[in-house]
Amino acid sequence: MAASSLSLSPNPTTFTTSPKPSFSPSYQTTPHFIKFPNTSQTPTHLIVKPLTTHSPRSSLSSIIPRATANPSSSPTSTTQTSFHGLCYVVGDNIDTDQIIPAEYLTLVPSNPAEYEKLGSYALIGLPSSYTTRFVEPNENKSKYSIVIGGYNFGCGSSREHAPVALGAAGVAAVVAESYARIFFRNSVATGEVYPLESEGRICEECKTGDTITIELAESRLINHTTGKEYKLKPIGDAGPVIEAGGIFAYARNTGMIPTK
Amino acid sequence: MNSMASSTIAPNPASFISNKKDLGFTAFSTSSQFSIPKCNRRISKKICSVMAPQQSERRPSTTGSVKTAMTMTEKILARASEKSQLSPGENTWVNIDILMTHDVCGPGSIGIFKKEFGQNAKVWDREKIVIIPDHYIFTSDERANRNVDILRDFCTEQNIKYFYDIKDLSDFKANPDYKGVCHIALAQEGHCRPGEVLLGTDSHTCTAGAFGQFATGIGNTDAGFVLGAGKLLLKVPPTLRFVMDGEMPNYLLAKDLILQIIGEISVSGATYKSMEFVGTTVESLTMEERMTLCNMVVEAGGKNGVVPADSTTFKYLEDKTSMAYEPVYSDEQARFLSEYRFDVSKLEPLVAKPHSPDNRALARECKDVKIDRVYIGSCTGGKTEDFMAAAKVFLASGKKVKVPTFLVPATQKVWIDVYSLPVPGSGGKTCSQIFEEAGCDTPASPNCGACLGGPKDTYARMNEPTVCVSTTNRNFPGRMGHKEGQIYLASPYTAAASALTGYVTDPREFLQ
Repeated sequence: MAASSLSLSPNPTTFTTSPKPSFSPSYQTTPHFIKFPNTSQTPTHLIVKPLTTHSPRSSLSSIIPRATANPSSSPTSTTQTSFHGLCYVVGDNIDTDQIIPAEYLTLVPSNPAEYEKLGSYALIGLPSSYTTRFVEPNENKSKYSIVIGGYNFGCGSSREHAPVALGAAGVAAVVAESYARIFFRNSVATGEVYPLESEGRICEECKTGDTITIELAESRLINHTTGKEYKLKPIGDAGPVIEAGGIFAYARNTGMIPTK
Repeated sequence: MNSMASSTIAPNPASFISNKKDLGFTAFSTSSQFSIPKCNRRISKKICSVMAPQQSERRPSTTGSVKTAMTMTEKILARASEKSQLSPGENTWVNIDILMTHDVCGPGSIGIFKKEFGQNAKVWDREKIVIIPDHYIFTSDERANRNVDILRDFCTEQNIKYFYDIKDLSDFKANPDYKGVCHIALAQEGHCRPGEVLLGTDSHTCTAGAFGQFATGIGNTDAGFVLGAGKLLLKVPPTLRFVMDGEMPNYLLAKDLILQIIGEISVSGATYKSMEFVGTTVESLTMEERMTLCNMVVEAGGKNGVVPADSTTFKYLEDKTSMAYEPVYSDEQARFLSEYRFDVSKLEPLVAKPHSPDNRALARECKDVKIDRVYIGSCTGGKTEDFMAAAKVFLASGKKVKVPTFLVPATQKVWIDVYSLPVPGSGGKTCSQIFEEAGCDTPASPNCGACLGGPKDTYARMNEPTVCVSTTNRNFPGRMGHKEGQIYLASPYTAAASALTGYVTDPREFLQ
């Protein structure tokens, strides 16, 4: 459908393709999530990678002035700025029944024991054509911390159990070509998973088990297994809520509800 | 129909972001024309900090001559956020008129409410919360039963005014308060009113848009927030307009119209958008048919659907609510993202083939598809008129069904109608009598039933990889139980006709 908008291009001047894995080995050995304190974020992070041509430069120029314009806004933030781990790849229109089938909706996500249990059923509704299980039997956690999908990820029901199941299974981020509205919103409101959008059909370029790093500040996804890089879309309007840590924190920060 | 090519893309996307001052949280960012180009985390911070002062800002009301035209959805949200004007893409705190929750998402929402607002916190308004157990009711699943108990305890503790409880699972009729499927109960009990904002922890909350109100589905966390705060940050969606004109043939139902539209724009064609339904055909539809139309906007990805309130709406509401309401309508100059036109007189009965609601086909094209069962029920296809429609086909044929045919009335009221209202042209027979003569299963206790599978012992759940024609709303893999099951979504006419032949069948075989 949107194959024409693929960000991976044979054109060597586009910034989305990288001929070789250019990341330092230390990245791959860093355990799971790499955290950068927000305040220490400087432009040097953005040039870790020798990207070609103008695109990164233009994104740089758009970042620097805004970042410096508001230096006092993030004194206490500990928001993650990158994710690292194995990916699990799914296709288009992965609906909430596939993410967490309705028979498991009796589990209440706000109950800690049942939260854990929801993780064990994450993506158990995928058809049998998915030969690799997302969560092994008798396990609560998945070894895949990044889910990569096609368009309209999370369509269907409003069940918050869906992002919760993924989060409980250990998923840190979902990267999809596009999202259904309620799943996206629930992901943001709960802070369970970081919903990112790819600029192309990364789901056709990555394979389950590939090693992935996502650099949020640079809106970049690196597949270390294939050595390719992809551009992600900026998080957009949801950013402030994700920054704050969910709808409650956001509302407290902005004075909409009293602080606890 | 021929306007399908009329682009879902805004002719001038920039016009929608010109007024985008109070950016905040939204679920809107995937539509690239509305997201801030190059928004990074720093920018977000900045936006965050300017958010608060904006809340107190109220632009002066403008006169009619200079006021910017708005769509219905924009107007409803503007009024609910106490602003004189809103544009698509704006994020605004909206006051909520009704919050609905049920047994699947209620316990989680309550858990979040207590965690965030405190164990002793009180809800924002005990009369604006409607709690309707409906999903997993007639099951021996202990956790499912416990979840209804959690709702009951909360309603007692908070003195919630509208709680449609069920205690005696052995006989739903022994529970006078029990209603059944939430979206239908909301309408029947007078909680759906023009011009208002209704949120529910269920994606099919959009059903209530049939009443000319803004209604959409939210998750537990947002619902937990609304329980305490009575408001929610929402992004104003742009509107797609669907103009349906022409006389509706007697073999079509609103289900065919919405399957036509979803087939046209796909399961993500209305993502983050509002869908407004107008035209002479829509004006001719009953309230229940309008509810079917709006019910499935979420299957096109829509945020909400709306039908302008009219005399049909007001008549329906007459004996259901005494509360004052104020309908709003799209201005003539209102901007729509795009417009689709359909000549309904030329449409044919449709199905959505497995495994997607936009996998549209003519019913007659699927006449060789052998089926194992038929299911008539749910918020989409389990209303009184849906059973009347099915009965009409059985009556016209005079034959018996060839496959097991399961009937699950949406609510207790629908169940009573099925057993009491005479079917026109039948010499006074009720639906239940006609169903019995046709060899259908006895109508079951009202609830969401097998529409979404549910616990293993759910009535009519697809526990085997069978083929089902269903009047429900989704046919994703595993939706009604078995992952390899195949679901053909169809109107009650088409479902009944298919039950009579054992194949997917165009109802014109019996209705003409």
